Amino acid sequence: MAHSGIDVLTMGSNFWRLLGGLWITIRIALVASIIGILLGSLLGILRTLPNRPLRVVLRLYLEFFRIVPTVVLLFLFYYILPKQFNLNLPANQVATLVFALWVAAEMSDIVRGALQSVSTHQREAGQAIGLNYWQLQRYVLIPQAWPLCLPATVNLLTRVVKTTSLLMLISVMDVINIGQQIIEANNKTDPNGVFWIYGIIFLFYFLINYPLSRWAKHLTQHQLEATHL
Amino acid sequence: MSTPLLTVSHLEKSYQKTHILHDISFDLDAGEVLTLLGPSGSGKSTLLRCLNGLEAFQAGTLTFAGEVITQKAKQWQQLRQQIGMVFQSYDLFPNRTVLENILLGPLKVQKRSRETVLPEVEKLLQQVGMRDYRDAYPRQLSGGQKQRIAIVRALALKPRLMLFDEVTASLDPEMVRDVLTIIRQLADTHQMTMLVVTHEMDFAQQISDQVLFLADGRIQEQTPGPQFFKRPQTSRAQNFLASMDF
Repeated sequence: MAHSGIDVLTMGSNFWRLLGGLWITIRIALVASIIGILLGSLLGILRTLPNRPLRVVLRLYLEFFRIVPTVVLLFLFYYILPKQFNLNLPANQVATLVFALWVAAEMSDIVRGALQSVSTHQREAGQAIGLNYWQLQRYVLIPQAWPLCLPATVNLLTRVVKTTSLLMLISVMDVINIGQQIIEANNKTDPNGVFWIYGIIFLFYFLINYPLSRWAKHLTQHQLEATHL
Repeated sequence: MSTPLLTVSHLEKSYQKTHILHDISFDLDAGEVLTLLGPSGSGKSTLLRCLNGLEAFQAGTLTFAGEVITQKAKQWQQLRQQIGMVFQSYDLFPNRTVLENILLGPLKVQKRSRETVLPEVEKLLQQVGMRDYRDAYPRQLSGGQKQRIAIVRALALKPRLMLFDEVTASLDPEMVRDVLTIIRQLADTHQMTMLVVTHEMDFAQQISDQVLFLADGRIQEQTPGPQFFKRPQTSRAQNFLASMDF
């Protein structure tokens, strides 16, 4: 029987190590997304305030995180935080921080857009019954805006999961980094192992992102139907 | 002599360079129905929106129940509980049922208890013939039904003044009458003080104690209702009435 290289996956604890790496990936993506979505929602609401200086600052924040490539952000935080601010965070936490700030920036734009797309008439009807600013947000604008946010937010999550593949560059032991180690350790004996390792990594990412992307599609469809009622 | 409920004096309103309202002054006594008539673009709706703080004005004073309105957000929030407004496009909250739409103001703004508000609201719903729809969502209602709920939503706050901004303009003709009847009942049996912008001349004639005729952002004349429709004082108003052909 020809040597296919599949035993790379079954040798020793390789498969479990890959799963461990996957867990690191998922944990970073999940924690960063939760923090980012909460922070970003708040920033998005603040961006609809008529306060111009505040809007400019938040806009700059958004543009910074949107324009600067994630790799550069990761390096910036990984090397600058310890040097300039004497803050030595483990790579996992740097990664979580960078991703959370990035998600918050993107989320703030999604939330701002959704809030502003609720019609002025709704805003005025709320004001006319005496609601104050936060009551208007809570009872009128946010409940109508959040279904509009959902598809874009789920899409953002799939991007977060995919972008975790950059984490190996700041030596986070994520699934790709572990895979790379296994490949290098077995390069001599199993030159074809690389296909199996990356094959399984592909499968992992697919299993996470495919349901998310189906969900986003479903939500968009649902929304289209709702608006055409 | 009692003081008027609302006094508008020398109100000026402009957007950037465009002057919308010039030197608007009038009084509105409690229990009185004042109709704002005039051609499209004469500033009727803008005037109404100024009286509810939805538009800021640049000069002049508003006095409501003896209190001078300073245009601060806080003060408007208070006043809006006493000055109800109904819009052309109903603007019910689509994510809330009829009852939730109506209760939002009394419960969250006025912090009244559900037990005291509910009987009042049910009575109002009964009066507008919408009692069976309290758990319906706005999308399940017709335009006329939505507008009746919007009126109840404003009334639930127990306002002292109601502003109606072309409330029948987007309704099918057969629905118009129902809504107008409700407004007339409000004036006749509840002596509600009202400011009404409308293009329904028959209705205006029936309901108006006073008519304020606006053109080009100025008050052209203020005339008691019956007299305005028989003998308007200005030629602008004569031409307007002739063009309405009612």
